[in-house]
Amino acid sequence: MRIEIERVAKRFGPVNANDDVSLTIQAGAVHGLLGENGAGKSTLLRILGGLLRPDAGRLRFDGRPVALDSPADALAAGVGVLHQEPLDFPPLTVLESFLVARPRAARAGGGARALLPGRGRAAGVFLPRRAAREELLALAARFGFSVDPDEQVARLTLGERQQLELLRLLSLGARALLLDEPTTGISGAQQEALFSALRRLKQDGKAIVLVSHKLSDVEALCDRVTVLRQGKVAGEAEMPAGAARLVALMFGKALALPERLPTAGDGVALALEDVGFGDHRLDLRLARLAVRRGEVIGLAGLEGSGQRLLLRACAGLLRVRRGRVAIGGADLTGRPYPAFLRAGAGYLPADRRREGLIAGLSIEEHVALRAPRPGVFLRPREIRRAAERAIEALRIHGRPETPVEALSGGNQQRAQLALLPGDLALLLLEQPTRGLDIASARWVWEQLLARCRAGTALLFASSELDELMRYSDRILVFSGGRVSPPVSVADLTLDRLGRMIGGELDEPAPAPAEPAAPARSDP
Amino acid sequence: MDDGGELLSLLATALAASTPLVYAAVGETLTERAGVINLSAEGSMMLSAMVGFAAALTTGSVLAGFAAAAATGALVALVVAIGGIHLRRSQIAIGFVLAMLCADLSSVLGGPFVRVPGPTVPAMSIPVLRDVPILGPLFFRSDPLVYASYLLVACAWVFLYRTRAGLLVRAVGEQPAAAHARGAHVTRVRTAATLVGGALVGIGGAAYSLDFKAGWSHRHTAGYGWIALAIVIFGGFDPVRAALGACLFGVLSSMASLGQSALPSVPAQVFSVAPFALMIVVLALTSSGLLERLGALLPDAARRPLLRAFDATPPAALGKPYPAAADGAEARPRGADQGTK
Ligand SMILES: Nc1ncnc2c1ncn2[C@@H]1O[C@H](COP(=O)(O)OP(=O)(O)OP(=O)(O)O)[C@@H](O)[C@H]1O
Ligand SMILES: [Mg+2]
Repeated sequence: MRIEIERVAKRFGPVNANDDVSLTIQAGAVHGLLGENGAGKSTLLRILGGLLRPDAGRLRFDGRPVALDSPADALAAGVGVLHQEPLDFPPLTVLESFLVARPRAARAGGGARALLPGRGRAAGVFLPRRAAREELLALAARFGFSVDPDEQVARLTLGERQQLELLRLLSLGARALLLDEPTTGISGAQQEALFSALRRLKQDGKAIVLVSHKLSDVEALCDRVTVLRQGKVAGEAEMPAGAARLVALMFGKALALPERLPTAGDGVALALEDVGFGDHRLDLRLARLAVRRGEVIGLAGLEGSGQRLLLRACAGLLRVRRGRVAIGGADLTGRPYPAFLRAGAGYLPADRRREGLIAGLSIEEHVALRAPRPGVFLRPREIRRAAERAIEALRIHGRPETPVEALSGGNQQRAQLALLPGDLALLLLEQPTRGLDIASARWVWEQLLARCRAGTALLFASSELDELMRYSDRILVFSGGRVSPPVSVADLTLDRLGRMIGGELDEPAPAPAEPAAPARSDP
Repeated sequence: MDDGGELLSLLATALAASTPLVYAAVGETLTERAGVINLSAEGSMMLSAMVGFAAALTTGSVLAGFAAAAATGALVALVVAIGGIHLRRSQIAIGFVLAMLCADLSSVLGGPFVRVPGPTVPAMSIPVLRDVPILGPLFFRSDPLVYASYLLVACAWVFLYRTRAGLLVRAVGEQPAAAHARGAHVTRVRTAATLVGGALVGIGGAAYSLDFKAGWSHRHTAGYGWIALAIVIFGGFDPVRAALGACLFGVLSSMASLGQSALPSVPAQVFSVAPFALMIVVLALTSSGLLERLGALLPDAARRPLLRAFDATPPAALGKPYPAAADGAEARPRGADQGTK
């Protein structure tokens, strides 16, 4: 299906999220949509998916003008959107989630007319469980995804939820697939599966739009890219176009990588002695870890392998089952969270919207909440000034009174950083650059490295191998319910790191390690 | 009669006592599964009980009484739907005000009907089934209303877990934004679930005034609406478990009246709050992560039914208007419902 977007505009209050956007997406091709955070990529996809109505402009599908009044219209026209945040139903089973709001006439691989919502009422009051199960399994097999129809959606990984959503859209007869950052937060293997599925779909003649901040994704998959900047089309390019050209189009300038000078100094910021930690699924042991001031430790591994648990244990949010935790020489084992805060631990969770920031409160109110001694009354002028200072220092695109949920992903991350106290002994970060554009990600790392130079030790979990290799001094690999001893990046290659994440923790390493023990280290 | 017979008749009375609760709790479960809290049950039930009794008395038809009660319940629910779903005001506040308003209204309007003898649902035992030992006297020697409640529970379960519409109701109660993105009409589904749920609460009221304790007196059904609301929560938002909860409540409360004579040393209140104490223990156990841990030891096939049977998590979007109440007039939230209107 060919999608023509003509002079589409969408405003949110003062923000021009889409401003006179025109572009054409061809059938049988993958079209990349690039742009910095807040450029308006998701907005455009939401318009195409019928979730938002444009203020101006027109859409044509296969040459015919269409008016999309609801997501149902878009689906009926053959447009399926994989949204940036998974739109599914965690408490339901995979099969049920597959069936929600499924039009009665939908058929596997259905053609153009597969979808006529609201018609054919006579058929099927009951859920077609058996038929749907077969259809789902057949589709999954076709794309090499493994799907368990009876599993609860909440127990799936992000990648599996995406696969499921993709299968659902295909089963509805989608002829155009719009994917909003589908490679954020999924494993390498899942990304491979996704890409090969997308290549097949392209061959089947579907139109595919890929939004991504990762140039490697775009280079691997796209035939053509459009770059958005501040809601406008900044440029188009045939692929391969070269990373430098794309970066220049996105940001209007070339970007330099932040310099990574060794920042590790003397003195131990964090010491873990023979700690055991876990939840109802995992039970992990780490024999010994001493992190020096200014040192950067990367936590590698598939998401959910325990990295988050370690960070939370160091932050004082999770009690260790055994062993000792000390920050800056003070033993904090078993002490409450405020004691960890006083010792200078700071924690930045991955789920900004749910844990890091409070939806509904403004930047200003977040600043007020953080104030060390607020007294009984808020002092509006003081707080406003502090908020303005933070906004300026971290270049947040927003105003003191902007509610945090109206900020784009990158700006939410900046806001979170702005709220961290200045002189931390230990900073714990989960996916610090998830969903950030390249410039923002680099900028974030500049800020973090500046903190390291001032003596803050850093522990960060990431699923980006590049990021781990570039910024860490040492890396802990989480795999198969175990933690590796810390490995110096100098002894690692991308390939070896990948294999360790895949489970080969015990490979003889230059650093002395006991093969049988789950973890041991030598700082 | 021997001891067994006495116990049976006690249980049969208890089941009869729980019938109004079954209707109300199943109705409220449907509503809450769609993500709407209709807190008006107490007042709604009372008003419907009065209206139902009055209608049955004036027309001479019990059926007309039930129809009028259902309509009353639906009407009260309509106020909740308009205010809480369409205008996106606080469902709690609206429901609470309605609960008090309708209770008072039932006193004002019901004045002429106080202690007037009126029609009741005729008893009707089911031929063959009534002679089955134990089950017969327990379940099949009462009246059509009670039999209909068995049917209702089964239908509600089938509806929620086996039909497309029921799945949509659950989906809308969990993730309205996702349901909307799939082309569902969130407001419409929620409104329908609220109205049907309200009608069932209304029938629950009439089940009280036309059957369980036939007649009308000042605040005739006092307390039953709140208990129904509590049972929905303790029943884990599941119609079958809600019905079981209602029965348990019936049993324990009829034991309370019996207990007075049998165990004079135990205060009657112990029996009337016992169901809740019991339910709190169950809730505490199920939400402590103990089940998760237990489930982790079991194979998938055993784990899933176990977790499902004890799951008591409320629908994620319960009581939250969709799309979220717009504070600034301009910035509609992400996922703003474009389809309403
Ligand atoms: N519902 C909304 N209300 C107010 N402003 C919004 C809303 N949705 C988006 N915006 C604003 O519109 C702009 C474009 O947002 P959009 O989500 O399209 O960006 P994006 O390119 O997808 O960014 P990211 O890479 O961070 O996902 C941003 O400035 C954002 O703050
Ligand atoms: Mg986006």
